[in-house]
Amino acid sequence: MKPGVTIDFNNPVIEIEDLWKSFGSNHVLKGFNLTLHQGENIAVMGKSGSGKSVLIKCIIGLLTIDKGKLSVLGKAVPEINHKELDELRTDVGFQFQGSALYDSMTVRENLEFPLRRHREKLKGIPVNDLVMESLENVGLAHAVDMMPEELSGGMKKRVALARTLIMRPKIILYDEPTSGLDPVTGKEISLLINEIQERFQTAAIVITHDLGCAKITSDRMIILHDGINYTESTYSELNQSTDEPVKAFFT
Amino acid sequence: MLDRMKIYFFETGQISLFGWRFLKEFLLPPYELKELLRQCYLIGNKSLGLVGATGFIMGIVLTLQTRPTLVEFGAESWIPSMVGIAIVREIGPVLTALICAGKIGSGIGAELASMKVTEQIDAMEVSGTNPFKYLVITRVTACIIMLPVLVVFSDIISLSGSALVEFLKGKVTFQLYISNVFTYLQFSDLIPSITKAFFFGFAIGIVGCYKGFTSKKGTEGVGRTANSAVVISSMLVFVLDFIAVLITDIFYDL
Repeated sequence: MKPGVTIDFNNPVIEIEDLWKSFGSNHVLKGFNLTLHQGENIAVMGKSGSGKSVLIKCIIGLLTIDKGKLSVLGKAVPEINHKELDELRTDVGFQFQGSALYDSMTVRENLEFPLRRHREKLKGIPVNDLVMESLENVGLAHAVDMMPEELSGGMKKRVALARTLIMRPKIILYDEPTSGLDPVTGKEISLLINEIQERFQTAAIVITHDLGCAKITSDRMIILHDGINYTESTYSELNQSTDEPVKAFFT
Repeated sequence: MLDRMKIYFFETGQISLFGWRFLKEFLLPPYELKELLRQCYLIGNKSLGLVGATGFIMGIVLTLQTRPTLVEFGAESWIPSMVGIAIVREIGPVLTALICAGKIGSGIGAELASMKVTEQIDAMEVSGTNPFKYLVITRVTACIIMLPVLVVFSDIISLSGSALVEFLKGKVTFQLYISNVFTYLQFSDLIPSITKAFFFGFAIGIVGCYKGFTSKKGTEGVGRTANSAVVISSMLVFVLDFIAVLITDIFYDL
């Protein structure tokens, strides 16, 4: 376990059992299982098109599942209505692969955007304070009035992370947080993910292709292969594996 | 061939359903008033120069083309009213709508398609904002509001162009020109013109938003979306104009 991190193994925040998801005849997830505990970071690795992003989009309710059990913070995602899903989403942050910052808005407006509909969760705290605090958490307070086009790839990832943090989520879903970044910036983002885990005691699923990112951020790793959680263990244990599909990721 | 027909009818149905969803959700809260005003400003401001320039040229060209024939029959005093009626009833709304289909329709389509490709629409949904309300309802409503305003603006500029030609060629003062225009042009001529401008705005907004929202094939799809938004909305402008003329004929006996 990483220093400064407390994982509550008696408190599962995401429970997935026998999850199935298909797109036409393309069966992407074929009975996937996962349990994420409070304060834990899980890295999910798999080949391109193996369904990693589909998995976290099902968790946040952007995609509907075909069958299986999917529970987030005790709520069965497929069964709750739109209003309940919206409320649940205030506790679940989602970091998109391409950052997904709104082009036409400044960094400040990007961060204020999630507060428009969910102000009651953080009422009493001035919006400006929330914005600045979130940006300070990712080391970008000076970029508050910049436009997304003026930011580098790494800065965009940080701003997107600040936008996720502004709602003070309990769980964060990272979709390829280091993709498109140079190794140095990628490592900085990976360390930032750990820092957030330590400081806010968040649980996270990190979808990644980047072994370095998985090594730094994960408390546990899952290899998604052929639509199922093929194997799961710590980074160092999987690194020693002699199983061919697992070895393929580490060589 | 059969497959193409199927796709055509499927898409027509989908656009109709998209339009129906707009009508259903239009009056329901939450209201994105700030974004609506921003879109009104962008749509109006973005098209003002182009609409003005084309309107002015159209007024000049129409007057120059009509003049020789009417002069030959000694009916040059009819030029203002004739050109005025043509511009207000038909040329102003259709020309403005076609320009807006090209400029606004493609812009909306490309913007939303690009937002879809870069997952901004998903990000909006995840942050608890209904993307249909925030992106579609505001843009379509802004088109519905701004198209008639642009049509009136285009009419005024076109008539100014026409008046300029008459001043230079026929020594007709601006006051006399306007007085002649309004001898035959009634307020009732403006009603069908403005009414169809609302529908043109609706069609341009809905098609642009639909194409953007359903864009596929990544960045390549953004270009295709912009292109098809212009083609479909331009065609719809003519279809709606045809229907509008038929209906106007029933009420006003053209």
